[in-house]
Amino acid sequence: MDKLIRVDLTHLTVRTEAVPEAWLGLGGRALTSAIVAAEVPPTCHPLGPNNKLVFAPGLLSGTSASNSGRLSAGAKSPLTGGIKESNVGGTAAQMFAKLGIKALIIEGIPEKDTWYGLHISREGVAIREDGTLQGLGNFAVLEALQARQARKLGVICIGPSGEYKLSGANISVKDPSGKLRSHGRGGLGAVMGSKRIKYLTIDDEGAQGLQMADPEAFKAASKVFTKALMEHPVSGQGLPTYGTNVLVNILNEAGGLPTRNFTYGQFDGHEQICGETMHETIVARGGKPRHGCHAGCVIQCSQVYNDAQGQYLTSGFEYETIWGLGANCCIKDLDDIATADNLMDDLGLDSIETAVAFGVAMEAGLLAWGDGKEVLRILREEIGKGTPLGRIIGSGAGSVGRAYGLTRVPVVKNQAIPAYDPRSVKGIGITYATTPMGADHTAGYTIATNILNVGGQVDPLKKDGQVELSRNLQIATAAVDSTGMCIFIAFPALDIPECLPALIDMINARFGTRLTGEDVTGLGKAVLKTERAFNLAAGLTPAHDRLPEFFRTDPVAPHQAVWDFTDEEVDAFWAF
Amino acid sequence: MVITIKLFAHLRHGRFKEDIRPWREGTRCGDIVRELGLRAGELGIVMVNGEHAPLDQALEPHDVLAIFPLVGGG
Ligand code: SF4
Repeated sequence: MDKLIRVDLTHLTVRTEAVPEAWLGLGGRALTSAIVAAEVPPTCHPLGPNNKLVFAPGLLSGTSASNSGRLSAGAKSPLTGGIKESNVGGTAAQMFAKLGIKALIIEGIPEKDTWYGLHISREGVAIREDGTLQGLGNFAVLEALQARQARKLGVICIGPSGEYKLSGANISVKDPSGKLRSHGRGGLGAVMGSKRIKYLTIDDEGAQGLQMADPEAFKAASKVFTKALMEHPVSGQGLPTYGTNVLVNILNEAGGLPTRNFTYGQFDGHEQICGETMHETIVARGGKPRHGCHAGCVIQCSQVYNDAQGQYLTSGFEYETIWGLGANCCIKDLDDIATADNLMDDLGLDSIETAVAFGVAMEAGLLAWGDGKEVLRILREEIGKGTPLGRIIGSGAGSVGRAYGLTRVPVVKNQAIPAYDPRSVKGIGITYATTPMGADHTAGYTIATNILNVGGQVDPLKKDGQVELSRNLQIATAAVDSTGMCIFIAFPALDIPECLPALIDMINARFGTRLTGEDVTGLGKAVLKTERAFNLAAGLTPAHDRLPEFFRTDPVAPHQAVWDFTDEEVDAFWAF
Repeated sequence: MVITIKLFAHLRHGRFKEDIRPWREGTRCGDIVRELGLRAGELGIVMVNGEHAPLDQALEPHDVLAIFPLVGGG
């Protein structure tokens, strides 16, 4: 039977519990958000003893289903002050599932001024006092932990940013090639740091494995599902070839590529940083244009990017990071951006929050526009060493904006707005405004329909249809985030009719349930409502479901678009 | 009339990134797509001056036509 494991750091105890009836059908985001909503007082301090950090694999994680190896992490966010769920690839989710751990709940704060590690295995969870890795970057932590054991371990850890409890700190998870993926957004690394956990190691040797209610039905559904993923042009060809960075030129063309801290919608250096150039560079330098973040990913949007000497520079080099330091900070040197990406991975910083924070810092005059070398210095010397300036920038875009008295600060609920300008791609503005997560493009990726012609077409420059589009996508995403599936399965799911039913068939075959499409939509709605209720109780009102004022007053070139939704129109999002 | 055509991703292979040349008046997006030898199944996004455009849209002098295959990210 699957179980919950509760680690209490105040008393240094571990308890294994049966999964309460109400949570049996939940996984991933649905489960982390249900646990946080039920057990964390909404008004607690996110870095205090009453916050809890919850990890949960998705419903299908650990099975052979394609792209199902995502791990959700949840807590009250120190960045937004609301509920947070962030999911990631890597090897940990599949190990959790094989060990029968439906969720791991980390609560309390240790009395002693020291650091701890958790070791998770068939025997349960062991709490180890271990200060030896304190201050180390994530890559050194991975190496040191693996050196202690011959078997391949799963690792979840924080870098110095998490130890400093910066609101831009992420939680890193080891991927199959021994590099990192991140629970990026919302400062969850600071929550882990507040609990003085430097790392979790996972050993699934001798694990019970998964129970499958109907293996034959599962196999059949899984085949249909994988076929849909392979056949759709976006998941089958576009993402594997160019990665997510193919979006630079598309958003630039559409006038939705936020440039120079959201001042313009197009960047004159777009060809230097675009997916096409990146693909050529990767191939010329002997890198890997396609690479998966977890075993079982058939899409493989990730890549390995080498330097000019053919040495590893970074992997998982995403559009949002490249946009953030590229167009938004006007840095045209892709190698500088790649070096910064790797440094942010090592320090354990969310690359979206940090890149947007640098854009705001440039606007404040702290460094020159386009100065990639100074970005690298600040990462190493200021954030890496925890200087006062480093802490201001490492705590995110809102933090820099407040410290320097700026008004062009692109955040919602204090979380940095990612790579799509909401004035010229209006659907995504509704998502930024309304998602309980704070500005987050993945919460309801309207770019698919506004820009990419997937799942129909809704004109990005008009208001019509955007609220419905964002609502439908947010509901579907909340459900998909609960299955353990990577959100990129949405591309085939929106266009290929067999895809979603096959996903539901797999869930039913795994658990012996009889869920219908309607049940899954119901799950998505319930997740959003649970999260929203937590936020309201935490003091995040409809007044926080708003974009910053400058989007209304400053038109963005080339379409001279402004954000023109009324408050009532935005609030209508919640009418479901 | 002079039209700027921009191609992206694998549509560039064996063709070009950008091409600026005269076309006869009344040329539609679809005419250029055919002339470039692009198959309907290859097309993802067609934009004229940064806005999505249908293939039967007639082009105006100095328009910028951008053609992408079906790709995505996030
Ligand atoms: S498509 Fe990309 S993000 Fe999704 S599972 Fe594969 S590598 Fe990870």
